[in-house]
Amino acid sequence: MSCWDTIADYGLRSLGYGERLLPRSDFTLCQQFTLIGSGMIWNIYFGTLALVSGFILATAVAMAKAAHNPWLRKPAEWFVFVFRGSPLFIQFFFAYFLFLSLKSSYPVLAPLTAAALGALIVLFLNTAAYSAEIFFGALQSIPKGDVEAADAYGMAGWSRFRRVIWPTMLRLGWPAYTNEAIFLFHATTLVFFSGFPTTKQQGDALYYANYFADKTFNPFIPYPILAGYFILLTLVIITIFGRVNAHLNRHLPQAGRSRIRLRPQLIR
Amino acid sequence: MFSFCTDPDALEGVKWLSCYLTTGKHQSMYWAVGTVLLLLAITAPAALLFGFGGATAARSRFRPLAWFGKIYISIVRGVPDIAFFLFFVIALDQAFEWVRHQVKCPDWDQEIWQGNDFRVCPEAKLPLGNAAQWVHETYGFFLAVLTFAIVFGAFAANVLYGAMQAVPRAQIETAEAYGMTHRQSFWRILVPQMWVYALPGLSNLWMVLIKATPLLFLLGVEDIVYWARELGGSKTAQFTDYPHPDWRMWYFAALLVFYLAFTRVSEIVLDKIMRRLTKGQATMGGEKQRKAAA
Repeated sequence: MSCWDTIADYGLRSLGYGERLLPRSDFTLCQQFTLIGSGMIWNIYFGTLALVSGFILATAVAMAKAAHNPWLRKPAEWFVFVFRGSPLFIQFFFAYFLFLSLKSSYPVLAPLTAAALGALIVLFLNTAAYSAEIFFGALQSIPKGDVEAADAYGMAGWSRFRRVIWPTMLRLGWPAYTNEAIFLFHATTLVFFSGFPTTKQQGDALYYANYFADKTFNPFIPYPILAGYFILLTLVIITIFGRVNAHLNRHLPQAGRSRIRLRPQLIR
Repeated sequence: MFSFCTDPDALEGVKWLSCYLTTGKHQSMYWAVGTVLLLLAITAPAALLFGFGGATAARSRFRPLAWFGKIYISIVRGVPDIAFFLFFVIALDQAFEWVRHQVKCPDWDQEIWQGNDFRVCPEAKLPLGNAAQWVHETYGFFLAVLTFAIVFGAFAANVLYGAMQAVPRAQIETAEAYGMTHRQSFWRILVPQMWVYALPGLSNLWMVLIKATPLLFLLGVEDIVYWARELGGSKTAQFTDYPHPDWRMWYFAALLVFYLAFTRVSEIVLDKIMRRLTKGQATMGGEKQRKAAA
């Protein structure tokens, strides 16, 4: 069987298309590359959707956390504390069993127990909390002069937020937010190792890498393949976020632009 | 545990709960908290040691060593940590067995990797096939600690590398001007000064380490996650004196609260340490303290 056949059989295996049975013996390199790559679809799915939706909530939570009104501030502070102070692994487990018990009382909520939706909600809330903390920090360090200038131009409320505060907040928080995005994608590998089960062996990249390592008892091939895929993904994220960073900083003199530095201090 | 626990069926409410929460299995779960704390107590210094080694290697003037250090630091950030956990546990185990195999059975004629199997001679097995249960458990725990130390050592190496760079260059130059060798200026000037710069990063790392401890479960150690799943599952009267429906949600809620409390307490303690260390330092933080006091 040539490698193209393998790709045709297993390329979309993680979504349930193609060959039903996973390879059981005589594992080839091509099979490992194809299946682990196919699993990456799930990692990208979780990461991208959680990042985009989490970004919106994070902005709102950061604004709420910076508000004077305690009715806004306190819930935001607690939200950030709960999701940043506890391990994501435990959050997944808790959410899964919570959804299970919800399902038994309200059958309508059954889709929540599937990883595709349930884990996405956890990741969404988790990344929102981490990003909110980053944006809150950026919000605190917006230069006073910028806001005063906006006031002097007669801007207030929404237009001041839209034109001055929000872009400056993004610009200041962007390097840290890039790291958050990278670690969010890394965190997606936890999904199928916590409570959430796979259906018909449709798992993510780590699930398949682990499958091969278990079957062949040789970790030296599948895990480096997985590592290669993730390094590639990390490079793509850095490129995209670097573009956005350049856009956010386009009005600044070339030398003064903040470069994105990778600071790996954000595992959950 | 309590004297009134002899007949669980007759108990109600708080009494039932107090008996239920002190059964033998629950006490194993409380011991598992000790496992987590033990892991933290061993791993934190070990990771710091690995980190120091990695950072020193990355700064080395001997090129291959510097490359090794830099690759060690950077590869761990590019790849999900959980993949490393799963990888190292098998890889280390096989590496140890392979080395023992080479030493103990030099005239073994069979292939070690036989298709889907990893086979060493019986004398090289780790732990030995006839070893007691506790040896197996200790060996598993030792592998877990080593894995944690390698992964978090890379993170610590990154922090320490940055801290070493942050020590003002003039300090080293002064040391060199006094005629100190490279080694002397490293141990006498750089190392004592870098800790202030490293502390914020290291305290962050401590929090990350706390939050990574549930991953012990994936390494096959019977930790609190294992017990929460085990004890929370629904039990019928057939198997236990304390039948209950699926309570895993509540068990994991308890774990969530445990970790929240743990990180919160660490945060407060680390804050105190940081304030103590910045006192009188010529940094922004130290200046702020001085102004606040004045």
